[in-house]
Amino acid sequence: MTLHAFAGLFLDLSLAISLGLLALAFLLTTIRIILGPTLPDRVLGLDMLTSVAIGFIAVIGIDTGFTLYVDIAIALGLVGFLATVAFARFILARGKTGGDPDVEELPLENPGRGPQNEGISS
Amino acid sequence: MIADIGTIVAGLLIIAGSIFAAIAALGIIRLPDLYTRMHAASKAGSVGSGMMLIALAIMSDALPETLRAIAAVFFFLLTAPISAHLLAKAAYAVGYSMWEGSVLDEMPPLDVDEKDTATPAPEDGAMAERPT
Repeated sequence: MTLHAFAGLFLDLSLAISLGLLALAFLLTTIRIILGPTLPDRVLGLDMLTSVAIGFIAVIGIDTGFTLYVDIAIALGLVGFLATVAFARFILARGKTGGDPDVEELPLENPGRGPQNEGISS
Repeated sequence: MIADIGTIVAGLLIIAGSIFAAIAALGIIRLPDLYTRMHAASKAGSVGSGMMLIALAIMSDALPETLRAIAAVFFFLLTAPISAHLLAKAAYAVGYSMWEGSVLDEMPPLDVDEKDTATPAPEDGAMAERPT
C-alpha cells in the first residue's frame, strides 16, 4: 500500500469517527439544554452548541470540499459570542428569581421546570 | 508525499478535536454545577473546534481558505474566554450557588446594584433582591 492510498483511507476513517463523536457531542449538549436546571446552564449549553457546530462545519468542509462554509463558521462564532454576551447581560439585569432551584436539588433528576422558564419564554 | 503527510496530520487533528468536543459535552452533562460545567465547555470545547479548523486549514488547497480558517481559530480563541468570563461573572453576581462539595470560594460577593445602572432593569425591584 502506498502512502497516498493509506492517507486517503485514513482520512475517510477519521472523518467517519469524528462525525460520530460530534453527533454524540450535539446530543449530550442538547440534553443539558433541555434539563437545565437554571438559565445560565442553558446559555452555557447554547455556547457549547455553537462551538460544536463550528467544528462540525470544519469537518464537513474537509469531507465535501466546500470550504466556503468557513465563512459561515466565522459568522456563527460571532453570533454565538454576541448571544452569550447578551444573555449574560440579561442574567445580570434580571437578578435572581425566587424559584431558581438550588444546586442541592441537582443535577439530573430535576427537569428544571421552575419559574425561571417563564422569564425566558416571555 | 508532503500532501499525503498533511492529509494524515489533518485526520489526526480532526479525530483529536472531535474527541475533545465529545469530552466537553460529557463534562457538560456530568459535572455538578454551572461553574464546573463552564470549565469543561469553554476550555475543551474551544480546543476541539480549534483543532478541527486547523485541520481544515491544512487540507484546503487555496491560500485564502487557509488564512480564513486560521483567522477563525484566532477569533474563536479570543472570544470564547470573554463570553465564558462574562457568563460566570453574571451568574456569580446574581447568586447562583456553587456545588455543595466546593471547598473554596475566594471571590467577594459582587454588587449588582451599582454595577448595572446602565442596563435598564426588566421590571422594578428585580435587581434589588440580591442574596447576600
